[in-house]
Amino acid sequence: MDIIVPQVGESIVEAEIGEWFKKDGEYVATDDLLMELETEKVNVELNAEASGTLTILVAQGETVKIGAVIGKIDESAAASAAVSDSVKSEPAEVATEPAPMNPAVPKLAAERGIDPSTLKGSGPDGRILVDDILTAGEEEKTPAAVEPESPPAPQPIIEAEKGERITRVPMTQLRKKIAEHLLRAKQDTAMLTTFNEIDMSRVIALRRKYKESFQEKYGVSLGFMSFFVKACAEALQAYPEVNGSIEGHDIIYHNYYDIGVAVGSKRGLVVPVIRNADGLHFDQVEKTIRDFAQRAGTGKLTLDELQNGTFTISNGGIYGSVLSTPILNPPQSAILGMHAIQDRAVVVEGEIVVRPMMNIALSYDHRIIDGEQAVSFLKQVKGYIDNPETLLLKV
Amino acid sequence: MSEQIYDLIVVGAGPGGYVAAIRAAQLGFSVVVVEKRSALGGVCLNEGCIPSKALLESSEHFARLDHELAEHGIEVAGARLDLEKMMARKTGIIDKLTGGIAGLFKKNKIVSITGQAELLAGNGTTKKVRVTTGTESQELSGKALLLATGSEAIELPHLPFDEKTVISAREALSLTEVPKRLLVVGGGVIGLELGSVWSRLGAEVTVVEMLPQIIPQADPQVAQTLQRSLKKQGLNILLKTRLDKIETTKDGIVASLTTDKGEQQVSCDKVLVATGRRAQTVGLGLETVGLQTNKQGQLEVDENYQTAVPGIYAIGDLIPGPMLAHKASEEGVVFAERLAGQKSAVNYQIIPGVTYTWPEVATVGKNEAELKEENIPYKAGKFFFAASGRALCTGMSDGFVKVLADPDSGRIHGIHIVGPQASELIAEATTVMSFSGSIHDLAVTCHAHPTLAEALKEAALAVNKEAIHA
Repeated sequence: MDIIVPQVGESIVEAEIGEWFKKDGEYVATDDLLMELETEKVNVELNAEASGTLTILVAQGETVKIGAVIGKIDESAAASAAVSDSVKSEPAEVATEPAPMNPAVPKLAAERGIDPSTLKGSGPDGRILVDDILTAGEEEKTPAAVEPESPPAPQPIIEAEKGERITRVPMTQLRKKIAEHLLRAKQDTAMLTTFNEIDMSRVIALRRKYKESFQEKYGVSLGFMSFFVKACAEALQAYPEVNGSIEGHDIIYHNYYDIGVAVGSKRGLVVPVIRNADGLHFDQVEKTIRDFAQRAGTGKLTLDELQNGTFTISNGGIYGSVLSTPILNPPQSAILGMHAIQDRAVVVEGEIVVRPMMNIALSYDHRIIDGEQAVSFLKQVKGYIDNPETLLLKV
Repeated sequence: MSEQIYDLIVVGAGPGGYVAAIRAAQLGFSVVVVEKRSALGGVCLNEGCIPSKALLESSEHFARLDHELAEHGIEVAGARLDLEKMMARKTGIIDKLTGGIAGLFKKNKIVSITGQAELLAGNGTTKKVRVTTGTESQELSGKALLLATGSEAIELPHLPFDEKTVISAREALSLTEVPKRLLVVGGGVIGLELGSVWSRLGAEVTVVEMLPQIIPQADPQVAQTLQRSLKKQGLNILLKTRLDKIETTKDGIVASLTTDKGEQQVSCDKVLVATGRRAQTVGLGLETVGLQTNKQGQLEVDENYQTAVPGIYAIGDLIPGPMLAHKASEEGVVFAERLAGQKSAVNYQIIPGVTYTWPEVATVGKNEAELKEENIPYKAGKFFFAASGRALCTGMSDGFVKVLADPDSGRIHGIHIVGPQASELIAEATTVMSFSGSIHDLAVTCHAHPTLAEALKEAALAVNKEAIHA
């Protein structure tokens, strides 16, 4: 039977072949995990729908359309095939000759620390020409447009000695989509950011006091995130533009409060959405976030969980950020940025005291949200966290 | 005496040493070259490649008068050989070329010293050499020392050279009269070239070879074709034959031979021993610096041509590999460039080899025997010069081009040519191979018509039985 790329979501038309967990020619049993498909939003696992010998037709890293046949399972192969598995599972090593190269290439490449086998030759039949070495050298000398934030690890230098100064890897489907979305967010909106700061001492005290009893009752720990989700859900009701979006020449007001929380994973940032956050209790928010975080790590979030939020909260503080400007997640019009809590000297009632402070930032689309609304929204969120009892009283 | 420390001392100004010296000087090194001969250029220029080619050319002209011009409709009567003039012409060419090297040395500010070099114990990393010129001697100091002293003819124990009757190639290039009967011991490149020279000039030449094939390293078909041509020209070639001893009698020299058919005796006037060459290290004082030669008498080197002693390097006939002038020159260049930190390397897989007999033999890459031995699949394509328009016009249509290529990719493993101008044709073969070329590359390359080079393209096409003229 054919292994077909399944329908994974409305807007998904293609997927990238991730890892094959079974080898070509290997015997697989029904429900064995075969492989993983990466789409722009989620990763989808494919399990064997029959037992038999697997034939892989499309290799890892290739992009396929929904409905494409990416492999076959030969059901005629009896279970005895499993016995010869060890023999069959070793795919014949295809001896690939190194790409032909012009005579002066090895010397020039070695002197420039370039491994010719990493280059795509521009000559006939992929032949590596002297030009290719010279061009490769130039590319390296040109500094990348965006400098990496972290200082370069020593590894590249070691690799340089081995003759590999760059490693070129195609962007995954996920990374390509992230790049497109972020660029579009900056280009298609009138984005700017307003800041405020929060005194976290009350929330911290509250959390300390009820930590154990909360854990005992709900089986989940009480974090800061639920306070922010609840605070935003309340403030959004007061400032509906912040919860709205632009569609063509219309403004859409959402009469529900679906708040996305940005979760970092090794596959990139994903933003699962907490539905109807206004109606949820603290423990429900915490449980939802914990569940999202676990599944984001393994790429098992469903497409539905990632779509159609009305507002987003991003916490750069978990990485230690003190101040940053979050980027909008269109078509949403605003995003709240949380940051690290720092003990700072602040003036309270004429006295300099030490307080655990957090900077918060609200990036918003100025086309739909006025400055006053943005600032007021942020002040209201601040008020709810500064004095958490106001969240209960809704004052 | 000034205490100058040179960047590089080169011992030997043959095609390895002089090229290394020039390249090193180009790269900014201060270089001194020590050469025992008064003329630069080594064996190659003085008593090897160049004089033999001069005599081969001269002798070919003479032979053609007798054997070929009539065929062209040209009658020449009373052609006479002036051997002295022929030799003077040869000497003139040598003088011009060796003087040319001296000029190049001057241009590149290379100091040239004539004398015998002897290695001295170094001082730290500084290398020291004593140069003895006549009764005078001087010491040179350098940061690096390159040994490029080349090779010398092997002397057989039972046939010691006497420079008169038992001679080496050196004497055979300077005979003052044509020997009536010349016995050549060794059917390799040198023996056949010099045997050809004297055969063309009128000597009765017998070549004795121990192995079952002349030019033992050549493709067997190529060797057979050459042997047939040489036989037609009058050379008597005895394969699987050993020379046991020679005796001087009234009737000249009588050589006792053992062939696979039994014993035989051949009378001759001179015996040319050309059984091979060996690395020349005598008198260098290798032991002073702790250097030892391998069983073949050569120095082992690393990829930088450095010997077991840091700072002492060796190239050319002194180290393993074919004893060829162009191989030594390549190594000289690569040695100097690597000394300067460049990443050069000699591609030893594609060093062409040429025998300047008639027809010429030229070969590059692997031959069929080597491919079979290494289990490399191949297909052969052959094109005979008898089907080449140009070859027929020149009147030299013996021989063929053989291309050996991978059956699938067409990548060329080797090209073997026996025929007219093979020495020149091999350049195209070597070029296409240095570009890792395939028979398809040769096939799509337009070759001028009518030329001998077309045979190369046709042979490439013949690998897949697509030759147009075959």
